[in-house]
Amino acid sequence: MKVLRDLFEDYRFCFSFGVLVIILTLAFLSNFSPYDPTLWNVVPKDTKPSAEHLLGTDSNGQDIFWQGTYAVRNSLIISFIAALVSRVIAILVGMVAGYKGGSTDRVLMFISDSLLVIPLFLILVMLAMLVRQFMNLVVLGLLLSIFGWAWDARLIRSVILSLREREFTQTAILSGTGTVKLVLNEYMPFAMPLIFSTLINNISWAIGLEMTLAILGLVNLNIPTLGTMLNWAIVYQSLFLGRWWWVLTPVVLSLFLFIALYWLSVSISEYLDPRTRIQRVGT
Amino acid sequence: MDKLLEIDHLTKVFTLGSMLSRVRITAVDNVSFYIKPAEIFALAGESGCGKTTAARMILGFEEPTLGEIVHKGKRDEKSKDKKVWFTEGVQAIFQDPFGTFNPLRKVERYFFETIRNYGLASDDGEAVELIKEKLNAVGLNYEEFSGRYPSEFSGGQLQRVSIARALLTEPTLLIADEPVSMVDASLRMSIVNLFKKLKEESGVSVLYITHDLATAYYVSDRIAIMFRGHIVEMGPVEEVLMNPKHSYTKLLRESVPEADPTKRWSERISLSELEHEEYLRQGCKFAGRCPGAMDICKSEEPKDVYVGNVLVKCHRYANLI
Amino acid sequence: MNTPILRTEKLKAYYVLDLHGTQKVVKAVNEVDIEIQENEVYGIAGESGCGKTTLLKTLVAAIEPPLRLVGGKVYYRVIDFEGIEIAAIGPLSPSDAEEDRWWTDGEVDVSSLTPETKRRLRWEYISYVPQGSMSVLNPVTKVKETYRDFIGSHTSGQIAKEEAFELAKEQITELGLPPKILDAYPHQLSGGMRQRVTIALAALLKPRIIVCDEPTTALDVVVQRGVVQLLKDVQAKLKNTIIVVTHDMGVQANIADRVGIMYAGKIVEESTTETIFGNPAHPYTRYLIDSLPRFGDKTTRESVPGSPPSLADLPSGCPFHPRCPYALDICVQQMPGFTRLEPNHRVACWLVGEGKDG
Repeated sequence: MKVLRDLFEDYRFCFSFGVLVIILTLAFLSNFSPYDPTLWNVVPKDTKPSAEHLLGTDSNGQDIFWQGTYAVRNSLIISFIAALVSRVIAILVGMVAGYKGGSTDRVLMFISDSLLVIPLFLILVMLAMLVRQFMNLVVLGLLLSIFGWAWDARLIRSVILSLREREFTQTAILSGTGTVKLVLNEYMPFAMPLIFSTLINNISWAIGLEMTLAILGLVNLNIPTLGTMLNWAIVYQSLFLGRWWWVLTPVVLSLFLFIALYWLSVSISEYLDPRTRIQRVGT
Repeated sequence: MDKLLEIDHLTKVFTLGSMLSRVRITAVDNVSFYIKPAEIFALAGESGCGKTTAARMILGFEEPTLGEIVHKGKRDEKSKDKKVWFTEGVQAIFQDPFGTFNPLRKVERYFFETIRNYGLASDDGEAVELIKEKLNAVGLNYEEFSGRYPSEFSGGQLQRVSIARALLTEPTLLIADEPVSMVDASLRMSIVNLFKKLKEESGVSVLYITHDLATAYYVSDRIAIMFRGHIVEMGPVEEVLMNPKHSYTKLLRESVPEADPTKRWSERISLSELEHEEYLRQGCKFAGRCPGAMDICKSEEPKDVYVGNVLVKCHRYANLI
Repeated sequence: MNTPILRTEKLKAYYVLDLHGTQKVVKAVNEVDIEIQENEVYGIAGESGCGKTTLLKTLVAAIEPPLRLVGGKVYYRVIDFEGIEIAAIGPLSPSDAEEDRWWTDGEVDVSSLTPETKRRLRWEYISYVPQGSMSVLNPVTKVKETYRDFIGSHTSGQIAKEEAFELAKEQITELGLPPKILDAYPHQLSGGMRQRVTIALAALLKPRIIVCDEPTTALDVVVQRGVVQLLKDVQAKLKNTIIVVTHDMGVQANIADRVGIMYAGKIVEESTTETIFGNPAHPYTRYLIDSLPRFGDKTTRESVPGSPPSLADLPSGCPFHPRCPYALDICVQQMPGFTRLEPNHRVACWLVGEGKDG
């Protein structure tokens, strides 16, 4: 496809594409894990990387490699849910507030601004403690999504505000187009790069936030995620005890993931930016 | 029905400024005129005279502060979802052809949408036939139009595309807001001739809004000259532009550069520096620059007076009755 | 015959663009030969996309990638005006510096000038008022500050604030503009006033050549007249050369002494204003003049048929042949040279002549 070809010309996209393919493969591999990640002592503890255990084993008696695959899978699931749900909310709120204006706009922006101003972390900690026993992937994802839409809603709203004044809005109205169709057909193409890049940034943000919560012990530590792996590694003081293979696995994985996601968002949004798109049109 | 569109005492007041210092600017002040079927009516004036605001009110994009807009004898109300008064019988053409269309969408999408929204064709085949018909009417062909984005057309071509889109619903009135200002001088004739053809062959009326008096003279039947929100002179275009009565019309007419080196400007002029000062003036807004200004001009607003079949808003003619 | 103050010789300037691997060459200036005299107003007329802005850029030596000078030369004539030697601005090239040579009475090839010399030449010898130049004024400072910056960067030694303001006020009032605009911010002035301030700034250091790109476009008719009036005043005062590029033939008729008609990167006709409007020879010029509406005449007029060619994809031979109703076979094959109909009137058209004059 021409789009992919154009994208591959950007080295950043190539790198992130490669990294993400590897990570998604790892996530997929979790289905074939020979060990159940929630059990303890399924293998000898604290062994170095070897042929049998590629990345060694941890103090809980789990194989780190297969733990890693589960961790990646779960982190991605949480962050996808968080990002997608918050996207939907942000788009709805932003578009309605931007196009309708007036009191609808004021009310929605009041809610959005409040969510921005409230110290996110404290609320999250409180809520996390409350729902701790029900905590699973989906719940955590939804929790994160409540706090992820406010910023982007305002961005989308400003795009809509500026587009509303342009003449092609009038042309569309004179063509008889109703409000909903107008917003979707005319404005979405302009909002797309914004939505895409914030989607991907949101995924990064969610992963990061989950890791923070996990290190503080506020999530269900039995479910392996990048954060919980890190938490266990720190709790067992693996760094001081020289068991580098345990600590480094989540760190390296998340590092690559963050870089890849960032470069992915930058290269795609540059590609989708209306200004560069207009230049490309017709070639 | 001899009045297709009637504008009655149309007024629009904008308030600018903050809570402590509000300035009220009357962008359109008590403007009344009418347009007959199969007539090209020019609304002419420089920037800031209120003509664009008037057009927006006629199309329904702006709410009038006072006054009435009557179309085909009925005062139209806005229907639920649609923002404009009456879209089937009235269509618009805007100044910037590249702003008229969304740069990220193919131009033909607007055509198909219009056809679908107004139920103008029963299937795709018929729709394409209708589009071809309208494109031919403006001198374009379907092959060079299909599948293209706005940036692939030239300014003149795109403006014609814009006219073709407006013609889809077979309107009886076209509101053309500065349709040739952004088109090269050498191509303006082709667009303006289109308006003439539409009037003569299809009986379409055009409200031609412009600051270019030369094309206004060429194409229109009647003309109204606007200055700072008022109509200062209105009548048949031959009378108003060849024999101007109001001092502002005279100034405007003389300032049009003629393509004839023997007719160069000989007199010097002075310009007003701050526009909104003139807006807030008491009495006649042109009194500051008028060579024939009298004392009464500075205190009292002039009334509309008929001199022959031309309406003039000037104190000097009021005394002649 | 005077030596012209600015002259080009077979000038070619193209834009070379690289879009995703494919190269596109836009032949904006495609072999242009013009000579512009002192103390005249020279108009360049043509539709948008004919290359006139690019031509101006080459004339003021403001060539930056993707624009490239592909061939030909631009010459400035450095002169003693009324026997007064122009203040020394520095050697023209390193070899001149060795011999301690300053302005000489001769021609200078613009491409041989150092960037420092070009910087000094700008505004003192040749001023450029680009299109939409109302945005050239610094929006966050008052107009008088811009004046001070200007004066300061072009005179050697420190110039006191008050002295600079006095100079500015003097010039402004001489040109008939109200002095209170000096205390205003650019956004407080109307578009027409900003344009006139920019022209006043351009004329401040009494340059020999002032180049204006579409100075009246987007302005109201009465304001336009004021701008033209100002340009004429400046020219009368400084007795210099003004080059006005505009597609508005009415403005050309009012201000220019001579007019060059530009089409698809070439000059196709050039003569005095009277001749161009009264007796145009080239079919394009004829169409251009005939398509203008005139007061008192409501007979149907036609505009030029077709649309201008893309400079990236020029037709063969004479670039006007696809739109020309009188095109001959040779027009499709070969670009005509200039035929001199009168000493002051040259046309590049096979219908008119063989084109032996360059």
